[in-house]
Amino acid sequence: MRALTILKNAAFILALPLLLILLWWLGTLGGTNFYVPTPLQLIVTFFQTWFGERMVEDVLPSIGRLFAGIALTIAIGIAVGVVIGLFRPLRRVLEPLLEFFRAVPPPVLVPLLMLIIGVNDQMKVTVIVSGAVWPVLLNTVEGVRGTDQIMRDTARSYRMTRTQQLLHLVLPAASPQILTGVRQSLPIALILMVISEMFGSSTGLGLSILQFQRNFAIPEMWSGILVLGLIGFGLSIAFRIVERRILRWYHGLREVQREG
Amino acid sequence: MKAERKDAAPLLVVDHLKKVYPTPDGGVEAVRDLHFSVPAGQLACIVGPSGAGKTTLLKCIAGLLPITSGSVSLLGEGVTGPPQAMAVVFQENGRSLFPWMSVQANVELPLKSAGLSRDERRRRAEEALHAVGLDEVGGSYPWQLSGGMQQRVAIARAIAYQPKVLLMDEPFAAVDAQTRADLEDLIRTIWMQLGVTILFVTHDIDESVYLGERVIVLSNSPTVVQDDIAIDLPAERDQLTTRNAPRFAELRGRIYEQIQRAKHNRGTESIQVADAG
Ligand SMILES: Nc1ncnc2c1ncn2[C@@H]1O[C@H](COP(=O)(O)OP(=O)(O)OP(=O)(O)O)[C@@H](O)[C@H]1O
Ligand SMILES: [Mg+2]
Repeated sequence: MRALTILKNAAFILALPLLLILLWWLGTLGGTNFYVPTPLQLIVTFFQTWFGERMVEDVLPSIGRLFAGIALTIAIGIAVGVVIGLFRPLRRVLEPLLEFFRAVPPPVLVPLLMLIIGVNDQMKVTVIVSGAVWPVLLNTVEGVRGTDQIMRDTARSYRMTRTQQLLHLVLPAASPQILTGVRQSLPIALILMVISEMFGSSTGLGLSILQFQRNFAIPEMWSGILVLGLIGFGLSIAFRIVERRILRWYHGLREVQREG
Repeated sequence: MKAERKDAAPLLVVDHLKKVYPTPDGGVEAVRDLHFSVPAGQLACIVGPSGAGKTTLLKCIAGLLPITSGSVSLLGEGVTGPPQAMAVVFQENGRSLFPWMSVQANVELPLKSAGLSRDERRRRAEEALHAVGLDEVGGSYPWQLSGGMQQRVAIARAIAYQPKVLLMDEPFAAVDAQTRADLEDLIRTIWMQLGVTILFVTHDIDESVYLGERVIVLSNSPTVVQDDIAIDLPAERDQLTTRNAPRFAELRGRIYEQIQRAKHNRGTESIQVADAG
């Protein structure tokens, strides 16, 4: 029964991609466009290009920096967001400034950070965090601020300590908002991972794709884009699994409220 | 059990309490001058028109709101923050349960700050859930329960905490008549068994007479004590016989009259009743 549902879900997920690949294959049957490889060509190139030295030298370091960036983004975003959300005066002073920083397109920071930090892993991770942290941070502030007053009074009247209030009230209450922020941050982090490698870098997925493009290694370039797509897809699947676990209560509650 | 109760010195003293909510246009005077005291072990009901400041009063007593003038003291000590020996069941008490925790965890949580061991916490929570007739639902989330059951969970959480004083703000406003009658009897039972002092806010006159040993009637906002009535019904109460007793009708009539007057009385005719216990 369970195996059957899994199979059915897989069929739903795969149907459209398979159809598109079919169309693409049909489209490339007639003749060859220099800029569009055939599906088979792409798959062969994909394995040849990425499953070897490049995996170790370019892909894995990029993914490592991406993960480091995401981890820092979440940690910093939540920590700073909670502090700002809990203290109203701080919030009133900082909020306009934060909105300003959020509005600055992060790629313009790359040259600046290169000058300040140098061309290294720290700079690349900093670029990722500097752009991806805002949705997490601002959503955390909103979530913390929106904590129900009656629940706060309850926690206070039962004399819960500050740490207990943080762990059992503030963070769980803000978790739906926080996770919304994280979801918005993930694609930004991926984009910035690529961009951070496009300036004065010597290795990395983003750099590889750029080099392929400059050398007119078109199938290789496409296969690099495929790698990026797969990473993004993997991230969003992982996010969904984690989100379902953490917000089981929230989805249940919402469902009950919709029915009631 | 009732006979063992000693009417000792007042446990709770509300001394010329005044509360003005600060607002941009000068402030809202919710409570003008409330003056009464409650002896240890009493079950006192507070009735008053909607907006009279009942919730405000409870929050001041619970140390959740700063007081404008006057004072509240518990066991002789001024209340400045939430006191240790007090539990509050809020008006919107379904909303006071944490939806991300199981019922059992909700009931246990306050016991953590009281520094109890894990086993002790579990034992007390199970006992309390049993007392409110919810043995089976410890593992559920609060939002999986009906409104009346959520109410009972909030009550169980308060009893598990074993407070000396229990403040309840219209806890049964949103439940059906049958559940309400059951919950009323539950409160009486808990009160008799635990010897806890209860301050019970309600807008239902019958409920106040049925539950209380005493009913404090509040005037319209800005609020003063309009009347303070001792309920001299027998301690053993029963939904049928007690509510049909002639004395019940008399008391209800008197309170009804006072409430009608209260609706027009805006803090002018304050009566001073120190202790009708
Ligand atoms: N935070 C607040 N700021 C300003 N005014 C308030 C605030 N809370 C309550 N009030 C006002 O104080 C008065 C008393 O409110 P309160 O909630 O204590 O009444 P209540 O007796 O509990 O009413 P109900 O029976 O409807 O629950 C009302 O006029 C209300 O508008
Ligand atoms: Mg109220």
